[in-house]
Amino acid sequence: MITRGVSALSQALAAREISSVELTQLYLDRIARFNPTLNAYITVDAEKSLAQARAADELRAAGNATRLTGIPLAQKDIFCAQGWLTTCGSKMLSNFVSPYDATVIEHFNAAGAVILGKTNMDEFAMGSSSETSFYGVVKNPWDTARVAGGSSGGSAAAVAALLAPAATGTDTGGSIRQPAALCNLTGLKPTYGVVSRYGMIAYASSLDQGGPMARSAEDCALLLNTMAGFDERDSTSLDRVKEDYSRELAAAKGDKPLAGLRIGLPREFFGDGCAPEVMQLVEAAIGEYRKLGAETVAVSLPNMKLSVAAYYVIAPAEASSNLSRFDGVRYGYRAPEYDDLNDMYARSRAQGFGEEVKRRILIGTYVLSHGYYDAYYLQAQRIRRLIANDFVEAFRQCDVIIGPTSPSTAFRLGEKASDPVQMYLSDIYTLAVNLAGLPGMSIPCGFADRLPAGLQLIGDYFSETKLLDVAHRYQQVTDWHVQHPDGFDRAV
Amino acid sequence: MSLTLEQVRRVAHLARIEVSDAEAQTTLGHLNGIFALIEEMQAVDTNGVEPMAHAQDLAQRLRADRVTEENRRLAFQAVAPETEAGLYLVPKVIE
Repeated sequence: MITRGVSALSQALAAREISSVELTQLYLDRIARFNPTLNAYITVDAEKSLAQARAADELRAAGNATRLTGIPLAQKDIFCAQGWLTTCGSKMLSNFVSPYDATVIEHFNAAGAVILGKTNMDEFAMGSSSETSFYGVVKNPWDTARVAGGSSGGSAAAVAALLAPAATGTDTGGSIRQPAALCNLTGLKPTYGVVSRYGMIAYASSLDQGGPMARSAEDCALLLNTMAGFDERDSTSLDRVKEDYSRELAAAKGDKPLAGLRIGLPREFFGDGCAPEVMQLVEAAIGEYRKLGAETVAVSLPNMKLSVAAYYVIAPAEASSNLSRFDGVRYGYRAPEYDDLNDMYARSRAQGFGEEVKRRILIGTYVLSHGYYDAYYLQAQRIRRLIANDFVEAFRQCDVIIGPTSPSTAFRLGEKASDPVQMYLSDIYTLAVNLAGLPGMSIPCGFADRLPAGLQLIGDYFSETKLLDVAHRYQQVTDWHVQHPDGFDRAV
Repeated sequence: MSLTLEQVRRVAHLARIEVSDAEAQTTLGHLNGIFALIEEMQAVDTNGVEPMAHAQDLAQRLRADRVTEENRRLAFQAVAPETEAGLYLVPKVIE
């Protein structure tokens, strides 16, 4: 039961093989057993989860079940959930029990899904290793001496160790795709504007996007069907016709299901900088795609190399503005001692924020300050345009772009923690996708030394359905995505 | 380009984050490392390129000017550090 994905669990619930209460309890027991090792969850509340599970079972008994009714899901602790401690990985919100639901949570609740707990993450989603959390580092189930990736590392570790069948994540510069790659999951960052940001604690508003993290493309499609949709409470939500992201997956397409698909291989993804053992697996996956009928074309993203520089101006600039709301007045942490109002702000923020968050706020404040705005912030936005234009050009020649998700497999805990620049460079393959606002996925493509590697798929705007199909066809002929780490008792 | 300790202190003040002398010194090193990375941007000719603020280049949507939120002051103030009679309390600003 425990290795089944969302889709299979949904069938088991429908067939009354198991109730939501039993399934939820099964996961709660596993969390109690294995979370102390992994630190994937910040908050678990069995009573709340089981109450939701009971309600889900009643909904089903009444004949009102959806595909997700009774499915327990792990929610990244960046999504506000009413009555749940919602910390965003920060001391600043260590006392914040949310008085309202994020739109994403509202959608899952309405579908009858169960919140299994709130998952650990880099503080305010700023990081690539889930080591900056106030609640301690997340460990990778494939090797607990290594990072789970970040910032959605808790969600990734939870699903990988079978402490949840699927989870939510958010992706500002790679925070769904990179931990998915490092933990052997399938993760999808949708087109900017597809999933509502309402109640999703803001880091860099023009880049942040929520999405699913699961075992398979099929499961990601199921989750996205519930997560996506126009929301008037999010000023950048896109008003589009509701889609069924699963619609391509069931069709039988013969042994060349991807015939006619043009896969773009950007030379910038295949140069130096990627570990050879990861590149080998990516090349093998491309070979698999050729067998499925796809053809490959060489494309170029000449400005992609500038994405780290542009990102580390734009994201901190937006963060410095977004995080100014944490001032110790209306919610969150307030310093115990202070002289006056200004001192209260300065001490509350100094004590409530961790080092990496402060660093990014300072960068952002600097690049937005008088005399530097044009040279940094505007220049970064111009480069953002150049990067986005590269993709427009590339998608004239191909339907989907493929490359590595991360330049290496999971690195060791502490290996990059003291050197922010090294950490930032590990996002080299994912940042450009956020800057352009495109959808991107990471899917498992094999192992190097028992550590998983991820294949990144990038699509044109609103091509989630196609991306999911391209991922699904690969998962029909490979079994990387159904491999699980040892040591977490799969016999239940 | 390289920042000075005084600039770090000034930015920290603008951001309302208290920094000790030791922290300012460490931060200076980190920020200079990061700005060295960012600096490669400066060599790029972006003349005539329109800045891209947003992925979809859409105008901000307007909504009708009507009340959509219910009053949930009690629920929202329940998570505040200090309130009294429906007001948020802060240190005295005006003598």
